Amino acid sequence: MGKDLQTYFDALKAQGLPPDREERLLAELRDERSHEPLPSSSAKHEPHPFYGSGDLAALQDVAPPQTPYTVGIRSLDELLERDRMREQDGFPRKIQLGRLIKPARAGGKERFVIVPTTVEEKLLHDQVRLPEEEESAGGSGSGEEGEVIGEQPVRPEGEEGGEGAGAGGGEAHELESTAYDLGKILSEKFELPNLKDKGKKSALVRYSYDLTDKKRGFGQLLDKKATLRRIIETNIALGNIPDISNIDTTRFLIAPDDRVYRILSRELDYESQAMIFFVRDYSGSMDGKPTELVVSQHILVYSWLLYQYAKQVESRFIVHDNEAKEVPDFYSYYSARVAGGTKVASAFRLVNEIVEKEKLAKDYNIFIFHGTDGDDWDTEGKEALPELKKMITYASRIGVTVVRHSYIGSSKTEVESYLENSGLLKEKPELLRMDAMDIEAEEARVIEGIKRLIS
Amino acid sequence: MQLIDQHTKKIMEGCKERARDAGLSFADETLEYVVTNRDMLELSPKVMIPTLYDYWVHDVEVLKGKGRYELYPHNPYETVINTRPAISFYNDNNPDWLNVMIFYHVLAHVDFFQNNQFFRHTWEYDLAGQALADKRLIARLRSEKGRWVDYVIEFARGVDNLVDYFGELSQLDRPPATHLTRRRDYYFDVFLQAVKKVKTAEYIREIERYNDCQNKYDELADDTFFSDVAEKYPEFETMFHKYLEVLEPARLDVLQFLLEYSPFLNRDENKWMKSVIDIVRKTSVYFQPQIRTKIMNEGWASYWHETLFLRDERIKGHEADFARIHAGVTSMPRVGLNPYALGMRLFQHIEEGAGRGKYTHDYHKLADAWQREKYDAATGKGPEFIFHLREHMADFLFLNTFVDQEFVNRHRLFVTGKRLNRQRMVWEYYVKSRNADEYRQMLLELLYHPPSIAIDRQKSDGGTLSLVHRFEGKPLVQEFIAGTMLGIEFLWGGRVQLETSEVTLPPPQEGWAPAEKKEGIQWQRVVYTMEGRKLRKENLQ
Repeated sequence: MGKDLQTYFDALKAQGLPPDREERLLAELRDERSHEPLPSSSAKHEPHPFYGSGDLAALQDVAPPQTPYTVGIRSLDELLERDRMREQDGFPRKIQLGRLIKPARAGGKERFVIVPTTVEEKLLHDQVRLPEEEESAGGSGSGEEGEVIGEQPVRPEGEEGGEGAGAGGGEAHELESTAYDLGKILSEKFELPNLKDKGKKSALVRYSYDLTDKKRGFGQLLDKKATLRRIIETNIALGNIPDISNIDTTRFLIAPDDRVYRILSRELDYESQAMIFFVRDYSGSMDGKPTELVVSQHILVYSWLLYQYAKQVESRFIVHDNEAKEVPDFYSYYSARVAGGTKVASAFRLVNEIVEKEKLAKDYNIFIFHGTDGDDWDTEGKEALPELKKMITYASRIGVTVVRHSYIGSSKTEVESYLENSGLLKEKPELLRMDAMDIEAEEARVIEGIKRLIS
Repeated sequence: MQLIDQHTKKIMEGCKERARDAGLSFADETLEYVVTNRDMLELSPKVMIPTLYDYWVHDVEVLKGKGRYELYPHNPYETVINTRPAISFYNDNNPDWLNVMIFYHVLAHVDFFQNNQFFRHTWEYDLAGQALADKRLIARLRSEKGRWVDYVIEFARGVDNLVDYFGELSQLDRPPATHLTRRRDYYFDVFLQAVKKVKTAEYIREIERYNDCQNKYDELADDTFFSDVAEKYPEFETMFHKYLEVLEPARLDVLQFLLEYSPFLNRDENKWMKSVIDIVRKTSVYFQPQIRTKIMNEGWASYWHETLFLRDERIKGHEADFARIHAGVTSMPRVGLNPYALGMRLFQHIEEGAGRGKYTHDYHKLADAWQREKYDAATGKGPEFIFHLREHMADFLFLNTFVDQEFVNRHRLFVTGKRLNRQRMVWEYYVKSRNADEYRQMLLELLYHPPSIAIDRQKSDGGTLSLVHRFEGKPLVQEFIAGTMLGIEFLWGGRVQLETSEVTLPPPQEGWAPAEKKEGIQWQRVVYTMEGRKLRKENLQ
């Protein structure tokens, strides 16, 4: 990509660039990082070196107990009720939504758990550290002063996991089920307005035929195990099995109804109703907080829609810098490193291509959520706007989240200004929404943003 | 929960005998339970005290685990708890030899709990029994008052790390002040210095005169002395009596102050809250020494399980198994710290040093490194010395006094630095310093140290409760201030102020912004005011 980007940059420069913008573009241009995913184990909150160890773990190898995921969810309603009461009593709510947590890949399968959390607020000492100050810890063994004794790859803070560790049981679709619960909490807790049924596209229903139903007496396929069970039941009732340790099968009576068959039956198969495109800017300038905000907002949106559509949601994940590509799953989407320059149009174009090629517009409600820091090399959106207009023709909702860097101040980012200048926001408020938040935004603000994008 | 079987209990009793012979001392009775994962789920949020009161946050907290060690002074996964009798917890499939090792470890903990002076206030009662009574009281109140009980628990817990534990300790074993000693104290501490403002020479003359009287007149000393005083300062007696009337009020921590003076809590309909607050406070005070003796306690237990296990003839043939587990528990990590390893090595180092007479003036006089190395007064006082430490020290004193260069060199300890290598995008760990002062400083930084927040009585009139945070180079966690002060306001029933210091840092950096300029930290004294559940902040000066 280096070469293309350089040419593009030269072209932009020939048209004239303000110096601070040139500096920012150059920073992205010279960014030599690549997008490979980050290591999945997050050890951000290491236990305290002294107080983090205990006898049960050290001496008897008793691991801290793991709460099964179901226990947490069972008490969820009660917790939420309690939280509602708090508000009634005039105290701030205390239950926070757990962020996405990703324990190490277990058996090759990534597991995600989303949990409600709370914190006990106390007056505590905080740590103050100058930005360039180093952390220090203990150590022992050989080595001269100044000698490097080990290294660890850097995880940029933006992609760090949720807060705290956690793990849960369950299998492959863990993210789905927890995200569903999260969506439920979201709608109850934050009273997000329910999405209107667009009505334009009817839900697809189709039938398939399979040997799933059971029928006694006749059918296509004899279910031997179930039949045998019935025969034994009948004969116990008849008193033909006096001694279970010595069963004489020759004395068995077989009634016609004892035969259990599988028969061919019609099954309803629901087709997914919604297709969500998550599009995320992973250019160099997204380092840190912007990525964290965008990703956490996207997982909340994802959970929310999953709940709304009763799990009938399919999702596609697209990341872009100056080129866009589709990634297979949320994990790759979530954990790709930031690097490179920014061209929003590339991502929009890819979405349009996918929709067109797979003829998605006909069968799906299509939602597109795009997260960016508002930085676009294509300053006036010359390429992005036509793609966007094309998207509006088929999408049910396009939500653009802009996380504004603090250096932007009160002025507008490129994406913000070209979207506003295009007039599309005013023209089609039902289809296109934009939400710009500051880089310091908290979780509550992120959720507020979702309301703006979705309502 | 189930008690261990008779066979295992017999092993425990054998361990007790051997531990006693080695000099450890503890009460005869102990209780040992086998715990399952299910038990652990219930026990761990309750500090391993099975009878602790119920609180809904315990159920949620299991799900989080962020910074919990900073939030509460205990370790949630301890094997032995400081009750009467001491209770300890075991896996049900430990082999006998392993149980022997664990039993010694547990017995040393019990010895520590029951002899270390920092646990003095826990010696008189059984926490498990007390907690059960408290739990029942809270359950009863909850059935009457509903969720308001939980609010009171929550708000009281918000300040339960500010309990005046050391104040409480210092009250114990103190001879009661008599009228005579008070008069003497007043004369020398207040009257001469603050009222008369006498010169130092004069002050010393008075002390000498007092000592003379003491020598000459023995029991009548005070009377003789003060009759002379009355001649010299006729106003003394009146002033002394006036002083007694407005005797300096006792120092109260935040919770005690609320219990005593809160207009809200002292209303008839709210009096029940006081018992809840008192339970929270007492529980917190009980656990204070735990976190302040972690390194000593684990070091002491590791020291003894090693010593006693190796002497125990019952486990012959399991030396290699023991070595593997023991090394796992007490090895010094290449990077990081291990309280078991550090504490055990320090006890061993001190025992050896004391045996050679190194904690004496004679030794410290030596300037020659070679002579110091050779020094051996063969005092034979090593064991006695470490028993003395286990009785009188807590982590801060222990580390601050005994982590010296000799110890650091001996175990090749160093401070690790962590720095960013921007070319390779890796964190580099490197040997930062092998200097004992820096190593000690690094250790001390890690010790538990709650902020010191006291009530300013002068400012606390007219319905405002005024709290002052004594600045020790660290700010408070800002995001928790609002929630905590909201709680105090509720319990106080009026305006609450908190004076503290905050950092004005150079503006935060964006990920790829140009390299930052180095700037020092600037401190700003600020006042937070919580009124009508709204928080506002003002800068002072």
